[in-house]
Amino acid sequence: MNPPPGLGIVKGLVETARNFVGSFHDPARLTTVQYPDERLPAKENARNFPFLVYDGPDSEKGLRCVACKICEKECPPQCIYIILERDANGKPQKHPRVFDLDISVCMSCQICVEVCPFDAIKMDTDYELSRSDRFGGLLLTKAELAKPNDYYRRIHPTEAQEVDARLEEERARAQAKAKPPAAAAKPAAPAQPAPA
Amino acid sequence: MESLEQIKSWAEAAVPGAGLAIVPNPSPANQPSLLIDPAHAPAVARFLRDDPRLRFDYASNVTGVDWLDTAVKEKVRVKHVLDGVEKEIEETHERKVPGFLEAVYHLYSMALRRGPLVLRQRTGNRLDRVRVASLTPVWRSAEFQEREIYDLYGIVFDGHPDLRRILMWDEFQDHPMRKDYVEPDDYEYEPTPHDEVLAKARRHYPVEAGAA
Amino acid sequence: MNAELSERELISALATGDVAPEGLAAALAFASPEAPAERGAGSAPVLAPPPRGNSDLLEVAMGPHHPSTHGVFRMDVTLDGERVVRLKPVFGYLHRNHEKIAEQTSYLGSMPYTDRLDYFCSLTNNWAYALAVERLAGLAVPERAEYIRVITAELTRLLNHSCLIGFLTHDMGTMGTPLMYAFREREKILDLFEALTGSRMMCNYMRFGGCRAELPPGWLEQTRSLVDEFPRFLDEFENLLSTNEILLARTQGVGVLTRELAVNAGVTGPMTRASGVNYDIRKVDNYGIYGRFPFRVPLGEHGDVYDRYMVRALEMRESIGILHQALRDIPAGPVIDPKAKLRGFRPKPGEAYGRIEAPKGELGFYLISDGSPNPYRYRVRPPSLINLTILEDMCLGHTVADVVVILGAVDIVLGEVDR
Repeated sequence: MNPPPGLGIVKGLVETARNFVGSFHDPARLTTVQYPDERLPAKENARNFPFLVYDGPDSEKGLRCVACKICEKECPPQCIYIILERDANGKPQKHPRVFDLDISVCMSCQICVEVCPFDAIKMDTDYELSRSDRFGGLLLTKAELAKPNDYYRRIHPTEAQEVDARLEEERARAQAKAKPPAAAAKPAAPAQPAPA
Repeated sequence: MESLEQIKSWAEAAVPGAGLAIVPNPSPANQPSLLIDPAHAPAVARFLRDDPRLRFDYASNVTGVDWLDTAVKEKVRVKHVLDGVEKEIEETHERKVPGFLEAVYHLYSMALRRGPLVLRQRTGNRLDRVRVASLTPVWRSAEFQEREIYDLYGIVFDGHPDLRRILMWDEFQDHPMRKDYVEPDDYEYEPTPHDEVLAKARRHYPVEAGAA
Repeated sequence: MNAELSERELISALATGDVAPEGLAAALAFASPEAPAERGAGSAPVLAPPPRGNSDLLEVAMGPHHPSTHGVFRMDVTLDGERVVRLKPVFGYLHRNHEKIAEQTSYLGSMPYTDRLDYFCSLTNNWAYALAVERLAGLAVPERAEYIRVITAELTRLLNHSCLIGFLTHDMGTMGTPLMYAFREREKILDLFEALTGSRMMCNYMRFGGCRAELPPGWLEQTRSLVDEFPRFLDEFENLLSTNEILLARTQGVGVLTRELAVNAGVTGPMTRASGVNYDIRKVDNYGIYGRFPFRVPLGEHGDVYDRYMVRALEMRESIGILHQALRDIPAGPVIDPKAKLRGFRPKPGEAYGRIEAPKGELGFYLISDGSPNPYRYRVRPPSLINLTILEDMCLGHTVADVVVILGAVDIVLGEVDR
């Protein structure tokens, strides 16, 4: 029993009409977000480009990065450039003098975050990053990359909680290890200098 | 699926004079391959495709591989005359293993649901003896893939219906996927932000000796 | 194989086949018909010139700037009036040398590049690469990770097929209506991917030995509600399109591909199933845990564009069935093998070929390892490229308008064709 010709087109038009009329009152049909007046809330796990985390108020002293260069080595497009800080005698300090990240090359793959052993580099969610200079303007230096731990807690609360708990635990363990040797040395002969 | 030795003996029986060898694969993947010589390759391929016990009707993947010239150190006992006395001394000789190019075929059977069977064809060397037989008349799926191997590696496939460059443009010289390919200096170079920025960064932050 | 050989010698032995019998050396010596000395390695054989001098034939280049070629893709079409006499596809405009970059990057570093192969379906690309490396190194994957892989792969299949139908009908002139409906559903699935992996399209989520991160809380419920609502969208879509007379007239009998040619030309995926070849790698290889989910494989009879469209629509319904089962049965546990190493991953020398049923066809990765952190040879077997082999055969005798429709049904993505 053949359907009457044209019925398929009519069925299609009914669907289109349903969507058209529905877009006036059904939120599922009208999916446009009027950016920049409205913005969709970012998902918690979203990632855009990396940033460096520092603890405390000072962005230089509190920087977690120790310039181990693991992220520079593992980055697939090689967009990170690090120079280690050395003091006057040439002894390496655990701090980067230069940490440049070229966001025109970065592909937001998050491998630097995964391999960092010190939780120093994390992914930002900020995507409004227009610059007027295509070459130099897209090279972020250490000053632009360093953001406080409070900012990290705000954009990724669950992750930040977990990282904070882990770092707290490591600090507590390191302190506990430092205390017993100091306590054990005291009952020993007072002529011996106590370990620092 | 039958073992590779069994398939090899069937193929040798069906195509007399074919030089076949098994190349082992030490990884856990358990996919050893069958090396066939280019003179008999189309006949062996047709046998593999049409034999009712095998029915390898689907060539899934054709890959080119570049093996550079290598040197293997071997300990060799050499006779030397020392103070009038002939002695046998063990010396370490470096044997040069010449490099070659290779086309690797992965075959599956859609009819009998089995596979993979891996075939290999090798060229004589990397310079002038680079012709192997094309298996496109046997499996049409090799058409574009053999063209790509010709384009990027330089293996010439005899019997291919339309052998010309596929990914690079027609006037391109040289074969980019070879291990010793060097990009020409005057290549259409566009200063990417990365390079210019790296150069600028290195100018601003002079690298000390032994640092970075 | 002598176990005491060093890695370098193993590779040499692998390369030269040093276990060869005596006959092989003799055979190889006069194996290939030698070229005359004046032919260099790089000279091209002479190609028969196209039929010229016949002023009735018109040569048209469709592309590379073309709204309907699904990317930068060119077809040199020779026309007799409106009928196609000869068609040669030309690509390479998006060649990014992925394979050579992978030889200089570590195995983990190539994973974000695999996202960009078939940029529409990044999670299936990741899975294919992870599968090949796991075969090469002999790694095991925990249960929960396998379930997550199946869930994300089937979601990817849903969004690929719905958007492909949208693009196909857009090429036919519907000016975007089904395309926008498909994209509405795609946005919902991309939101899920963003919550799970951090990125909508370039997910970089699979690792060797499992998945990168645990599911965020509430993700499974969101996915369940999406999967429950998807059949309603599919009904709407089919209502809109499947009995539409214009679609039937434009796609039935167009671009017929016979079963024998499909098998011989290495066509895989919905294209070959539309020609009646029952070959779905999820059923044949049983990779991952697909053996636990009973699902049907839709087959076409005529091998024309309409069959390809219907096979994809029916596959979407089967995917929803798989998703229901996977979401119901997913166990607790780790999402990555605890012994898996991120840094310093050096698989033993050897080679492996791993393949999956990507939404476009068979996506395979062939890896040769020589024991170093970077692969010695890294090859992507792209389904879109192989499916293009018979484009000319399908288009001969059809009109130019049909060429666009046939190309749309082949489902190519230039990122995969050119790598």
